[in-house]
Amino acid sequence: MTGRPLVAVVVFPGSNDDRDAAWALGALGADPVFVWHEEEELPEATGAVVLPGGFSYGDYLRCGAIASVAPAMDAVRRFAGSGGPVLGICNGFQILCEARLLPGVLRPNRQLEFVCRDTTVRVEQDDTVFMRRCETGQELVLPVKHGEGAWHTDEGQFAHLSERGQIVLRYAAEVNGSLGNVAGVVNESGNVMGLMPHPEHAVDPLLGSADGGLLLAALVDAAAEHVLAAA
Amino acid sequence: MRATVLVRPKDGILDPQGEAVQGSLEKLGFAVGSIRVGRVIDIDLGAVGQAFAREQVERMCSELLANPLIESVEIRLVEA
Repeated sequence: MTGRPLVAVVVFPGSNDDRDAAWALGALGADPVFVWHEEEELPEATGAVVLPGGFSYGDYLRCGAIASVAPAMDAVRRFAGSGGPVLGICNGFQILCEARLLPGVLRPNRQLEFVCRDTTVRVEQDDTVFMRRCETGQELVLPVKHGEGAWHTDEGQFAHLSERGQIVLRYAAEVNGSLGNVAGVVNESGNVMGLMPHPEHAVDPLLGSADGGLLLAALVDAAAEHVLAAA
Repeated sequence: MRATVLVRPKDGILDPQGEAVQGSLEKLGFAVGSIRVGRVIDIDLGAVGQAFAREQVERMCSELLANPLIESVEIRLVEA
Protein backbone atom coordinates (compact mmCIF):
# COMPACT_ATOMS: atom_id res chain seq x y z
CA MET A 1 0.00 0.00 0.00
CA THR A 2 1.61 3.20 -1.14
CA GLY A 3 -1.09 5.56 0.10
CA ARG A 4 -1.57 6.56 -3.52
CA PRO A 5 -4.92 5.56 -5.05
CA LEU A 6 -4.65 2.96 -7.76
CA VAL A 7 -5.84 4.15 -11.16
CA ALA A 8 -6.22 1.43 -13.81
CA VAL A 9 -5.20 2.49 -17.32
CA VAL A 10 -6.72 0.00 -19.76
CA VAL A 11 -4.43 -0.82 -22.69
CA PHE A 12 -5.94 -2.01 -25.97
CA PRO A 13 -3.98 -3.04 -29.07
CA GLY A 14 -3.48 0.35 -30.72
CA SER A 15 -3.70 2.49 -27.58
CA ASN A 16 -0.93 5.09 -27.76
CA ASP A 17 -1.58 7.60 -24.98
CA ASP A 18 -1.57 5.01 -22.21
CA ARG A 19 1.95 5.90 -21.07
CA ASP A 20 1.34 9.64 -21.11
CA ALA A 21 -1.84 9.09 -19.09
CA ALA A 22 0.02 6.94 -16.57
CA TRP A 23 2.87 9.45 -16.33
CA ALA A 24 0.46 12.33 -15.71
CA LEU A 25 -1.56 10.38 -13.15
CA GLY A 26 1.65 9.41 -11.36
CA ALA A 27 2.80 13.04 -11.31
CA LEU A 28 -0.56 13.99 -9.78
CA GLY A 29 -0.36 11.52 -6.90
CA ALA A 30 -1.90 8.31 -8.24
CA ASP A 31 -0.48 4.82 -8.56
CA PRO A 32 -1.18 4.06 -12.22
CA VAL A 33 -1.44 0.38 -13.22
CA PHE A 34 -1.76 -0.85 -16.79
CA VAL A 35 -4.55 -3.37 -17.40
CA TRP A 36 -4.38 -5.35 -20.65
CA HIS A 37 -7.66 -5.50 -22.57
CA GLU A 38 -7.87 -9.29 -22.21
CA GLU A 39 -7.98 -9.08 -18.40
CA GLU A 40 -11.40 -9.96 -17.04
CA GLU A 41 -10.94 -8.20 -13.71
CA LEU A 42 -9.55 -4.86 -12.60
CA PRO A 43 -7.00 -4.87 -9.73
CA GLU A 44 -8.87 -5.23 -6.44
CA ALA A 45 -7.89 -1.81 -5.06
CA THR A 46 -8.85 0.10 -8.21
CA GLY A 47 -10.06 3.60 -7.35
CA ALA A 48 -10.59 4.90 -10.88
CA VAL A 49 -10.25 3.79 -14.50
CA VAL A 50 -8.80 5.67 -17.46
CA LEU A 51 -9.44 4.58 -21.04
CA PRO A 52 -6.60 6.26 -22.93
CA GLY A 53 -6.37 7.70 -26.41
CA GLY A 54 -5.14 5.88 -29.47
CA PHE A 55 -6.50 3.81 -32.31
CA SER A 56 -7.71 0.64 -30.61
CA TYR A 57 -8.00 -2.27 -33.04
CA GLY A 58 -7.00 0.08 -35.86
CA ASP A 59 -10.38 1.86 -35.64
CA TYR A 60 -11.90 -1.14 -37.46
CA LEU A 61 -15.68 -1.10 -37.99
CA ARG A 62 -16.19 2.19 -36.08
CA CYS A 63 -13.80 3.95 -33.69
CA GLY A 64 -14.03 2.23 -30.33
CA ALA A 65 -16.56 -0.39 -31.47
CA ILE A 66 -14.30 -3.44 -31.21
CA ALA A 67 -12.72 -2.27 -27.95
CA SER A 68 -16.18 -1.72 -26.46
CA VAL A 69 -16.70 -5.48 -26.32
CA ALA A 70 -13.21 -6.43 -25.04
CA PRO A 71 -13.15 -8.56 -21.85
CA ALA A 72 -11.72 -5.69 -19.79
CA MET A 73 -14.76 -3.59 -20.69
CA ASP A 74 -17.06 -5.98 -18.79
CA ALA A 75 -14.95 -5.24 -15.72
CA VAL A 76 -15.06 -1.50 -16.46
CA ARG A 77 -18.85 -1.73 -16.82
CA ARG A 78 -19.15 -3.43 -13.41
CA PHE A 79 -16.80 -0.85 -11.87
CA ALA A 80 -18.84 2.03 -13.31
CA GLY A 81 -22.02 0.32 -12.16
CA SER A 82 -20.72 0.31 -8.59
CA GLY A 83 -20.17 4.07 -8.80
CA GLY A 84 -16.45 3.96 -9.63
CA PRO A 85 -15.10 6.95 -11.57
CA VAL A 86 -14.22 6.22 -15.20
CA LEU A 87 -12.60 8.73 -17.57
CA GLY A 88 -12.31 8.14 -21.31
CA ILE A 89 -9.95 10.36 -23.29
CA CYS A 90 -10.24 10.64 -27.08
CA ASN A 91 -10.38 7.00 -28.24
CA GLY A 92 -11.43 6.21 -24.67
CA PHE A 93 -14.40 8.55 -25.14
CA GLN A 94 -15.27 6.79 -28.40
CA ILE A 95 -15.07 3.42 -26.61
CA LEU A 96 -17.37 4.58 -23.77
CA CYS A 97 -19.94 5.83 -26.30
CA GLU A 98 -19.82 2.57 -28.26
CA ALA A 99 -20.12 0.65 -24.97
CA ARG A 100 -23.19 2.80 -24.27
CA LEU A 101 -21.75 3.89 -20.97
CA LEU A 102 -21.95 7.44 -22.33
CA PRO A 103 -24.59 9.02 -24.57
CA GLY A 104 -23.94 9.82 -28.23
CA VAL A 105 -21.31 8.75 -30.72
CA LEU A 106 -18.14 10.26 -32.23
CA ARG A 107 -18.25 10.76 -36.01
CA PRO A 108 -15.65 11.78 -38.61
CA ASN A 109 -14.66 15.45 -38.32
CA ARG A 110 -16.85 17.71 -40.42
CA GLN A 111 -13.82 18.95 -42.40
CA LEU A 112 -12.63 15.35 -42.98
CA GLU A 113 -9.20 16.38 -41.75
CA PHE A 114 -7.27 15.21 -38.76
CA VAL A 115 -7.11 18.09 -36.31
CA CYS A 116 -4.06 18.42 -34.06
CA ARG A 117 -3.74 21.64 -32.07
CA ASP A 118 -4.49 23.36 -28.79
CA THR A 119 -8.15 24.22 -28.25
CA THR A 120 -9.95 26.34 -25.70
CA VAL A 121 -12.78 24.53 -23.95
CA ARG A 122 -15.31 26.05 -21.59
CA VAL A 123 -16.45 24.33 -18.41
CA GLU A 124 -20.23 24.09 -18.68
CA GLN A 125 -20.87 22.26 -15.47
CA ASP A 126 -18.61 22.02 -12.41
CA ASP A 127 -20.99 19.87 -10.41
CA THR A 128 -19.38 16.47 -11.10
CA VAL A 129 -16.41 14.74 -9.48
CA PHE A 130 -14.34 15.30 -12.61
CA MET A 131 -14.84 19.06 -12.71
CA ARG A 132 -14.66 19.92 -9.05
CA ARG A 133 -11.30 21.67 -9.39
CA CYS A 134 -12.80 23.86 -12.12
CA GLU A 135 -15.55 26.44 -12.10
CA THR A 136 -18.47 26.76 -14.48
CA GLY A 137 -17.52 29.26 -17.18
CA GLN A 138 -13.79 28.66 -16.74
CA GLU A 139 -11.78 28.26 -19.95
CA LEU A 140 -9.15 25.55 -20.24
CA VAL A 141 -6.48 25.13 -22.90
CA LEU A 142 -6.25 21.48 -23.93
CA PRO A 143 -4.82 19.90 -27.07
CA VAL A 144 -6.89 17.76 -29.44
CA LYS A 145 -5.60 15.25 -31.99
CA HIS A 146 -8.31 13.27 -33.70
CA GLY A 147 -9.92 12.49 -37.02
CA GLU A 148 -13.25 11.36 -35.59
CA GLY A 149 -14.22 13.74 -32.83
CA ALA A 150 -17.55 15.15 -33.94
CA TRP A 151 -19.85 14.15 -31.11
CA HIS A 152 -23.42 13.52 -32.21
CA THR A 153 -26.73 12.44 -30.79
CA ASP A 154 -30.38 12.93 -31.72
CA GLU A 155 -32.12 16.20 -30.93
CA GLY A 156 -34.33 14.82 -28.20
CA GLN A 157 -31.42 13.33 -26.30
CA PHE A 158 -29.31 16.46 -26.82
CA ALA A 159 -31.99 18.64 -25.21
CA HIS A 160 -32.34 16.13 -22.38
CA LEU A 161 -28.57 16.03 -21.74
CA SER A 162 -28.24 19.82 -21.81
CA GLU A 163 -31.12 20.16 -19.38
CA ARG A 164 -29.63 17.58 -17.02
CA GLY A 165 -26.19 19.22 -17.08
CA GLN A 166 -24.50 16.22 -18.70
CA ILE A 167 -22.71 18.41 -21.26
CA VAL A 168 -19.64 19.32 -19.21
CA LEU A 169 -17.21 20.78 -21.77
CA ARG A 170 -17.73 22.72 -24.98
CA TYR A 171 -15.18 24.07 -27.45
CA ALA A 172 -15.10 27.87 -27.37
CA ALA A 173 -14.99 27.80 -31.19
CA GLU A 174 -15.80 25.24 -33.90
CA VAL A 175 -13.20 22.43 -34.02
CA ASN A 176 -14.66 19.37 -35.74
CA GLY A 177 -18.39 19.82 -36.37
CA SER A 178 -19.35 18.44 -32.98
CA LEU A 179 -23.05 18.98 -32.17
CA GLY A 180 -23.33 22.06 -29.96
CA ASN A 181 -19.50 22.23 -29.94
CA VAL A 182 -19.58 19.49 -27.31
CA ALA A 183 -16.11 18.41 -26.18
CA GLY A 184 -17.03 16.30 -23.14
CA VAL A 185 -20.05 14.63 -21.52
CA VAL A 186 -20.85 12.68 -18.35
CA ASN A 187 -23.31 9.86 -17.77
CA GLU A 188 -26.53 10.31 -15.85
CA SER A 189 -25.02 9.41 -12.47
CA GLY A 190 -21.98 11.61 -13.10
CA ASN A 191 -19.29 8.98 -12.51
CA VAL A 192 -18.37 8.29 -16.15
CA MET A 193 -16.91 11.06 -18.30
CA GLY A 194 -15.52 11.22 -21.80
CA LEU A 195 -13.77 14.03 -23.64
CA MET A 196 -11.95 14.40 -26.95
CA PRO A 197 -9.23 16.84 -25.77
CA HIS A 198 -6.20 15.37 -23.99
CA PRO A 199 -5.76 16.48 -20.36
CA GLU A 200 -2.77 14.12 -20.02
CA HIS A 201 -0.86 16.19 -22.60
CA ALA A 202 -1.47 19.39 -20.64
CA VAL A 203 -0.12 18.81 -17.16
CA ASP A 204 2.92 21.08 -17.15
CA PRO A 205 3.47 24.67 -18.32
CA LEU A 206 6.40 23.31 -20.37
CA LEU A 207 3.82 21.51 -22.51
CA GLY A 208 1.99 24.76 -23.20
CA SER A 209 -0.74 24.29 -20.61
CA ALA A 210 -1.19 22.71 -17.20
CA ASP A 211 -5.00 22.92 -17.34
CA GLY A 212 -5.38 19.18 -17.93
CA GLY A 213 -3.98 18.67 -14.46
CA LEU A 214 -7.20 20.14 -13.03
CA LEU A 215 -9.22 17.31 -14.55
CA LEU A 216 -6.78 14.52 -13.79
CA ALA A 217 -6.13 15.68 -10.22
CA ALA A 218 -9.90 15.64 -9.67
CA LEU A 219 -9.91 12.06 -10.95
CA VAL A 220 -7.14 11.15 -8.51
CA ASP A 221 -9.20 12.72 -5.68
CA ALA A 222 -12.23 10.71 -6.78
CA ALA A 223 -10.11 7.54 -6.93
CA ALA A 224 -8.95 8.04 -3.34
CA GLU A 225 -12.54 8.55 -2.19
CA HIS A 226 -13.74 5.48 -4.06
CA VAL A 227 -11.02 3.35 -2.43
CA LEU A 228 -12.04 4.63 1.01
CA ALA A 229 -15.73 4.07 0.33
CA ALA A 230 -15.07 0.51 -0.85
CA ALA A 231 -12.90 -0.36 2.17
CA MET B 1 -26.96 -19.58 -44.99
CA ARG B 2 -25.18 -16.38 -45.91
CA ALA B 3 -26.11 -12.93 -44.72
CA THR B 4 -25.23 -9.65 -46.31
CA VAL B 5 -25.61 -6.66 -44.02
CA LEU B 6 -25.77 -3.22 -45.61
CA VAL B 7 -24.94 -0.48 -43.12
CA ARG B 8 -25.77 3.05 -44.24
CA PRO B 9 -25.59 6.47 -42.64
CA LYS B 10 -29.17 7.21 -41.57
CA ASP B 11 -31.21 9.72 -43.54
CA GLY B 12 -30.52 13.21 -42.27
CA ILE B 13 -27.12 12.27 -40.84
CA LEU B 14 -24.35 14.32 -42.36
CA ASP B 15 -21.99 12.10 -44.37
CA PRO B 16 -18.78 14.06 -45.02
CA GLN B 17 -17.23 10.99 -46.66
CA GLY B 18 -20.07 10.85 -49.17
CA GLU B 19 -19.66 14.58 -49.83
CA ALA B 20 -15.94 14.11 -50.50
CA VAL B 21 -16.62 11.26 -52.95
CA GLN B 22 -19.28 13.36 -54.66
CA GLY B 23 -16.81 16.25 -55.03
CA SER B 24 -14.20 13.95 -56.55
CA LEU B 25 -16.65 12.40 -59.01
CA GLU B 26 -17.69 15.88 -60.10
CA LYS B 27 -14.03 16.77 -60.64
CA LEU B 28 -13.83 13.73 -62.94
CA GLY B 29 -16.68 15.17 -64.96
CA PHE B 30 -19.56 13.02 -63.65
CA ALA B 31 -22.84 14.73 -62.94
CA VAL B 32 -24.06 13.14 -59.71
CA GLY B 33 -26.59 13.93 -57.00
CA SER B 34 -25.90 13.22 -53.37
CA ILE B 35 -23.64 10.32 -52.48
CA ARG B 36 -23.76 8.33 -49.27
CA VAL B 37 -21.03 5.90 -48.27
CA GLY B 38 -21.84 2.86 -46.15
CA ARG B 39 -20.42 -0.56 -45.46
CA VAL B 40 -21.12 -4.14 -46.59
CA ILE B 41 -20.61 -7.06 -44.20
CA ASP B 42 -20.87 -10.61 -45.57
CA ILE B 43 -21.40 -13.30 -42.96
CA ASP B 44 -21.23 -17.05 -43.45
CA LEU B 45 -23.67 -18.52 -40.92
CA GLY B 46 -23.25 -22.19 -41.76
CA ALA B 47 -26.20 -24.60 -41.95
CA VAL B 48 -28.95 -22.76 -40.07
CA GLY B 49 -32.59 -21.95 -40.75
CA GLN B 50 -33.87 -18.65 -42.07
CA ALA B 51 -35.62 -17.50 -38.88
CA PHE B 52 -32.65 -18.34 -36.65
CA ALA B 53 -30.27 -16.64 -39.11
CA ARG B 54 -32.31 -13.45 -39.12
CA GLU B 55 -32.58 -13.37 -35.33
CA GLN B 56 -28.81 -13.88 -34.98
CA VAL B 57 -27.88 -11.23 -37.52
CA GLU B 58 -30.30 -8.71 -36.02
CA ARG B 59 -28.62 -9.22 -32.66
CA MET B 60 -25.16 -8.88 -34.25
CA CYS B 61 -26.26 -5.57 -35.73
CA SER B 62 -27.61 -4.14 -32.50
CA GLU B 63 -24.68 -5.38 -30.39
CA LEU B 64 -21.77 -4.52 -32.69
CA LEU B 65 -22.16 -4.18 -36.45
CA ALA B 66 -24.05 -0.87 -36.55
CA ASN B 67 -24.63 2.09 -34.28
CA PRO B 68 -28.38 2.75 -34.30
CA LEU B 69 -27.86 6.44 -33.48
CA ILE B 70 -26.34 7.12 -36.87
CA GLU B 71 -26.68 4.02 -39.03
CA SER B 72 -29.50 2.01 -40.58
CA VAL B 73 -29.14 -1.64 -41.52
CA GLU B 74 -30.62 -3.84 -44.20
CA ILE B 75 -30.21 -7.59 -43.87
CA ARG B 76 -30.30 -9.90 -46.88
CA LEU B 77 -30.27 -13.66 -46.38
CA VAL B 78 -29.25 -16.07 -49.11
CA GLU B 79 -29.21 -19.89 -48.98
CA ALA B 80 -25.56 -20.82 -49.39
